[in-house]
Amino acid sequence: MKIQNEFRCVFPAVSANEALARAALSAFLIPSDPTAQELADLRTVISEAVTNAIVHGYRNSSGDVAICLRMLPDRVLYIRVSDKGCGIPDIEQAMTPLYTSAPEEERAGLGFAIMQEFTDSLHVRSSAGNGTVLTMRRKLGQIHAEPES
Amino acid sequence: MKLHYDADKRELLVLLDGELDHHRSALLRNEIDTAVYMHMPAVLILDFHDVTFMDSSGIGLIMGRYKILQPMGGEIQIQNPSAYIGRVLRLAGMERLAKISEEVSA
Repeated sequence: MKIQNEFRCVFPAVSANEALARAALSAFLIPSDPTAQELADLRTVISEAVTNAIVHGYRNSSGDVAICLRMLPDRVLYIRVSDKGCGIPDIEQAMTPLYTSAPEEERAGLGFAIMQEFTDSLHVRSSAGNGTVLTMRRKLGQIHAEPES
Repeated sequence: MKLHYDADKRELLVLLDGELDHHRSALLRNEIDTAVYMHMPAVLILDFHDVTFMDSSGIGLIMGRYKILQPMGGEIQIQNPSAYIGRVLRLAGMERLAKISEEVSA
């Protein structure tokens, strides 16, 4: 995998850092001249992934979230968000739209649905007790379909 | 965020602003709910004109208020979403819970 540019950072799992992750994504992506929609979509994607790590990975306890952004050849953005939290015991259930393990937090259960809609590929590696690694790719400069209503 | 209550129409207007993520939604929901329980509005209008970012936490905020309003016989209206916010609202099927007014340009 030839990398054209890369950015990595680690920050504590506190909700104020969701905005920091979006700002990092914007700063990394802007030199690649994304469309307004691509930037909005990908800011949403990283926000969902980091929020999942904070709310579900660590259940609002302390720990670190790591993000890695890579610009690959052909304007493919690679995003990896990882935590060392509780892990996802049942990935299929977690990815079911409207399913949430934290209804008391008013989670809509749509994080994975949005990440899937706004990226070309999404891969989840997780097991109970061993944290979670999300990797996603999105090629810039393509017409991204409007979701079906 | 600003709140206006119109007692004649029993409408509570919530002018949302900025970035509606998990961090901010958790702060806003208490403020909105305090006004909802105080006024028991027939209509809760959520105005998205000044919202610059929203992820599924914003959807959670709408769904949570819907669950409070519905047993009171109240309804939710969403107005002035940008094209981008409109896309997230449609993806979440929010038109099933709330009347969504014309989108303004992003």
